[in-house]
Amino acid sequence: MNIEGKRRVWKDYQKEIAGDNFFYVRSCVRQNFFPGSEKTFLRILKEELHKDIFENAAHTTCSGIGYHSDIVPFETTMTIVARQFALMTESGYENFATSCITSFGLYTEILETWHHFPEVEERIRKHLKNATGREFSKPKNLSHASDIIFKFRKEIAAVGKYRLINHYTGKPLRAVEHIGCHYSRMFPSKGIGGAEYPYVLIGMIEDWGGEVIDYPERRHCCGFGFRQYLIQANRGYSLSCSKKKFDSMAPYKPDFILTNCPGCPMFLDRWQYTISEMEGITYGENGHGIPVLTYEELAGMILGYDPWDLGLQVHQVPVEPLLDKMGIPYNADSKFLNKEGASMGKPKAPSFLKFY
Amino acid sequence: MKQRIIIIGSGVAGLTTAGVLAENGFEVVVLEKESRIGGHVRKWDRLFPNRRPANEVMEFIEKVLNSSVDLRCGVTVNGVIRHDEEFIVLLSNNETVTGHALVLATGFQLFDAHKKEEYGYGIYDNVITSAELETIFKEGKQLTTNEGKTPHRVGIIHCVGSRDEKVGNLYCSKVCCVTGVKQAIEIREQLPECEVFSFYMDLRMYDRHFEELYYEAQQQWAVNFIRGRLSECSENPDHTLILKAEDTLTGRPLKMTVDIVILLVGIIPDPETGKIASMLGLPIGTDGFLMSGDEHIKDNTTTIPGIYLTGAVKGPASIVNTIADARATAQQITSRFMAG
Repeated sequence: MNIEGKRRVWKDYQKEIAGDNFFYVRSCVRQNFFPGSEKTFLRILKEELHKDIFENAAHTTCSGIGYHSDIVPFETTMTIVARQFALMTESGYENFATSCITSFGLYTEILETWHHFPEVEERIRKHLKNATGREFSKPKNLSHASDIIFKFRKEIAAVGKYRLINHYTGKPLRAVEHIGCHYSRMFPSKGIGGAEYPYVLIGMIEDWGGEVIDYPERRHCCGFGFRQYLIQANRGYSLSCSKKKFDSMAPYKPDFILTNCPGCPMFLDRWQYTISEMEGITYGENGHGIPVLTYEELAGMILGYDPWDLGLQVHQVPVEPLLDKMGIPYNADSKFLNKEGASMGKPKAPSFLKFY
Repeated sequence: MKQRIIIIGSGVAGLTTAGVLAENGFEVVVLEKESRIGGHVRKWDRLFPNRRPANEVMEFIEKVLNSSVDLRCGVTVNGVIRHDEEFIVLLSNNETVTGHALVLATGFQLFDAHKKEEYGYGIYDNVITSAELETIFKEGKQLTTNEGKTPHRVGIIHCVGSRDEKVGNLYCSKVCCVTGVKQAIEIREQLPECEVFSFYMDLRMYDRHFEELYYEAQQQWAVNFIRGRLSECSENPDHTLILKAEDTLTGRPLKMTVDIVILLVGIIPDPETGKIASMLGLPIGTDGFLMSGDEHIKDNTTTIPGIYLTGAVKGPASIVNTIADARATAQQITSRFMAG
């Protein structure tokens, strides 16, 4: 593999990412899947980078999951999104920052639709006005939260306490990066690095000291794929997709998987447990799994945040082997304690996957 | 005084036009941006459909050139001024050339395979183009992987940069299908143990003996043809390549490991053509190639009297068609000046 060839592609796909004054919209599912990620993002922007980032409590789902599952019509989805833009406008912001990849893809798709079909935009404006009395301006800048962490990756590295270097060997940790489909596959020019070789996560990994693995099934679906999982009869297909990826990446011995989508870390994490229970297979070293992280969690680890404040204890695949490799201290006894110090209950240990 | 004709481009089209015009008594100036004449064919090893050496054709074309042909290499056109019945061409070396007619024979370029990012050209070392394979053959080398191993399996990918809306080229490049079949046979000739798999949308064997070559590839050389467009190429730890496609005849997804991938790169307009066209105000088609005066009955002329088009400047063309077209252009110019 010729890295210069990739750098050539990366140069072709750059985008403008706002530097401050963000209107932030959360994901409707991420707080259930990885509860510390969005909070960590806000903490990094406010406390480390000293940026203005604002949330509006009236924000709702973008309806992207319903739209991509053919449940919510596009016209309805566009009106819901128009309402989100109205909230941004009313709050006095112009830079829209989304936590969710599907939302990011959907907002991009709608802005592109309106760009090419202004009559649709006019119709949606009327729908919103009739339904809510609201009006809106379109965002001046639309960025995914991973774009923003990418933009400030060097600043994070500069104040970080840890690097992606193996504490025991001194060598770079090896990472698999997996990009959400809706980040750049629909609109390659809207993603850092384009659709085929996205750079957004690679940039973070490289600048934080790690090494990226290119493996044959890198582009393959994580296993979510909406209908593959949402339709119960298709879940075997979801599991097969994830297994195909694990089988393909395992020979490269990755130390962790980094993602920027709500669904990808969920399935790449949970299905490792399922596969281990079904087949007795584990993909990490010595019976461990391969830890799966969101970019906010990884940034928080680099910055030295307490792993349990990041929500790493709710991962199905234990992250302790990675914490050990990075030299990050943690209190094993407080892993399943809540903020008040009371026990949240300890999950039952899996049959094969090594558990802490 | 002899009439002087200026030809821009010295590939098959430009040189053939020059040769016929010289035979017909004209003074000819041929302008070439490269350091030597001959265009793309000079880099080619053997030609379809009969696999004759490409240099035989070049030798034939060059033989016709006589002392009336002034070949100037390493120059580009900086400007064109039309003055009365003459064209004054300003060259990059600050010289000027004056002529009574101007022939655009700027030909084509090969599609930049980097643009099909999913195929991994420039990223995976064992992905090469059809032009690079031709160079290997022309230099008499053995086809090997980047690691120096003899390939056991080679994948040939048709329509790279042709008939592909994603890269903005809707048109067919015409010559790649038969080139792919020819190169598949040549690989089997050189490496009888190597399997060859050609991935195609449909095979456009439009000209004489092309279909026979396709049959020969299957029957005599056991080349495997798979109707399916490659969706992506990725690399294994041992640097072999994984191809994913849909076999549209069986209706099933296909995944295959090969040692080398050859991308049959299509034909695109030469950027020089667009530059000269804008100097002259010549219309350009939606495909980027130049528009002639009339696509059916005045295909060698333009909307500007005294300016002619020949060869692949109007779109992809085989050598046979290019030579015929060049002769027609030369004959049309001759008729015009003979008629006074």
